[in-house]
This record gives sequence, C-alpha cells and structure tokens, in this order.
Amino acid sequence: MLNYIWMGLILISVIFGAINGKMAEVGQAAIDYAKTGVDIALGLIGVMALWIGVMRIAEKAGLVTAISKIIHPIMKKLFPSIPGDSPALGSIVVNLSANMLGLNNAATPLGLKAMEELNKLNGMKERASNAMCMFLALNTSSVQLIPATSIAILVAAGATSPTDIVITSLLATICSTITAIIVVKIFESFSSEKTAGEPA
Amino acid sequence: MDILKQISDWAIPFMIVSIPLYAIIRFKAPVYEHFVEGAKEGFDVAVKIIPYLVGMLVAIGMFRASGAMDMMTSALKPVLDKVGFPSEIVPLALMRPLSGSGSLAIMSDLVKTYGPDSLIAKIAATIMGSTETTFYVIAVYFGSVGIKKFRHSIPSGLLADLVGIIASVVICYWIFG
Repeated sequence: MLNYIWMGLILISVIFGAINGKMAEVGQAAIDYAKTGVDIALGLIGVMALWIGVMRIAEKAGLVTAISKIIHPIMKKLFPSIPGDSPALGSIVVNLSANMLGLNNAATPLGLKAMEELNKLNGMKERASNAMCMFLALNTSSVQLIPATSIAILVAAGATSPTDIVITSLLATICSTITAIIVVKIFESFSSEKTAGEPA
Repeated sequence: MDILKQISDWAIPFMIVSIPLYAIIRFKAPVYEHFVEGAKEGFDVAVKIIPYLVGMLVAIGMFRASGAMDMMTSALKPVLDKVGFPSEIVPLALMRPLSGSGSLAIMSDLVKTYGPDSLIAKIAATIMGSTETTFYVIAVYFGSVGIKKFRHSIPSGLLADLVGIIASVVICYWIFG
C-alpha cells in the first residue's frame, strides 16, 4: 500500500508542479528533504542512545517485564497474541506514557524499542503482526494529556487562555483512539495471522 | 494544568534517576555498563531508519512544494461549505498525517491570520494536539524492524486521524462556538 501512496505523492507533485509552474521548487524540495531525513535521523542518535540505554537498565532489573505483568490483564484484550511474561507490553506502555505526557523526544526511541520486542513475537518476519498494527493505531491516535506544542504556539501568539485546548484535544483524541481500536479489531477479524513458534 | 506540567517536567529526570537507582540497590547491577551497552544500539537504530525517513520525506517535500495542496483545498471548498466544515482547516487536515513540521507551519499561519483567540485557531490547535503524523510514524516504526507488509495499519491510522479531525471541529464548535 505504501508503494502506491509514495508513488502517488510523487506523481501528484510532478503533475501539479508542472501545472503551477513550480518545477524548480519541486526539484529543490526533493534534494532538501533528502537532507532533512538524514538530519532528523542523526539528531535522534543522542536521545535514542539515552533512552535505549536507560531501558536496557530497566530490562536487566526486570522492570519492563514487571510492568508487562501488571498491565497484562488490561491489555490482553487489545493484544491477545502477546504473552504476559514478554517485555513487549512493558515497552508499549512506556512509549504510550511518553506520548501522553508529550515527551516527543523520548517517545520515538521507546516506540522503536517496543517495535523490536513485538517483532520478536512476530511469526512472519516481513509482515506486520496484529499486535504491531494495534500498537501503531494506539500510538498514532494516542491520548495526549499535554498538547505542549499547540499550547506553546498559542502562548507565543498571545492567546488569552491557551490551555483551553487541553480539554478539547483530550475529547477529540479519545474519539480517534476509540475509532482506531474498533477499526483495527474489525480488520483483524477479517484476516488470520501466525505467531512466533508456529511455522510461517 | 500546573500539575500536568509538573508531571511532564519531572518525568524525564525521574526516569533517568529512578531506574538505575532501583537496579543498583536491588541487584547491585553494573548500571553504567548496561547503559552503555544499550546506548550502542541507539546508534544502529537511528542509522537504520535513515532510508525510510529520506524516502518518505522526499515524497512529502515534493508534494508540499508543488502547490497541489492549494488546488485540492479549493476543489474541496464548495463541498465542505455545504456541510458546515470550516474550509480554512482543510490544508491542515491534509498535511497533518504527512508532516509534523508542515502541519505546524500551517497551524502557526492560521493562528496568525485569524488571531490566537479565534475559533479557527482553537480548532487548529486541537487538531494538532489530538492527531499524529501517521505516515511518518508508520514508515519509521515499521522500517526499523524491516516490516514490508503494513496490512491494515495505514487505513486504520488514517481513519482515526479523520475522526480526530472531525471530532476536533465538532467539539470546538460545541465548547467555544
């Protein structure tokens, strides 16, 4: 699917670039954004090292598995394929918590860590598991308690009560999270999957 | 709100001190060595996601530069006006799943144009606060573990974004309108 979306975006860009006489800008954007991609990734190295380092200490001390066990009764409906003693649930909870608190820098490394744990349980290595799809759905629609960036922009523009949007964001995000869970569950019911241990 | 901000301020220092402290008190764990061992992996992960980031961002950057967004907005405007959806929001709604910096720029622009206390600004801020850059997250997260078949994750993510955006508009009309 991403193949078509990617091709579609580029094709639309070139067609509209031609119509709007913006071919030079489109070409320049391709070059600039290629550089931006590397800048972002290199900028992530530091925080990535920090959080994966801290998480490694937590893992070795058994903390991630402990969180998994505590959260398992609540999460097993969403992630039926993850066993209670896997550190995957713990990693997911840590990532979602970072998202909720608006700790964007910490969220990406912790999320990638969670994906790594989920991939260990994945029976088909290049195909997304149900648990991965559910995790990403929760992640991309995640409940944010503190929409820090939005508030910062409103504050900078001199809004009289910038924190008004906390409650509206929370309500909206609850709607989108519920939608995400329902949609993923519906999709899941239409397709089967193999888990680790079974022959792929 | 102050409490939430306090929690947010404390979260990172708290995690960095409490996790190693627990490990060292409970197990006398070699915490520094464990940290360095994990941190080494961080480098690999960051380097591994470069191709996925570049691929995604180049397509998104070209799309932004082509002016396609403005033309799509004007094409959608008559339809949206009929159902009462504010068409000023459309560029933000289209950009949001694609690019964080792009949607942030559009939101700042809306706040500047319509004023920080306007309904449009509040809707825009609510959308930013309640949705995510779905394509970016999906491309990078799956890329990092080499997943090629994304199955239902993109339609689910986009549908959730759509509901989040519609909910933002409805809720803001309801509370501020």
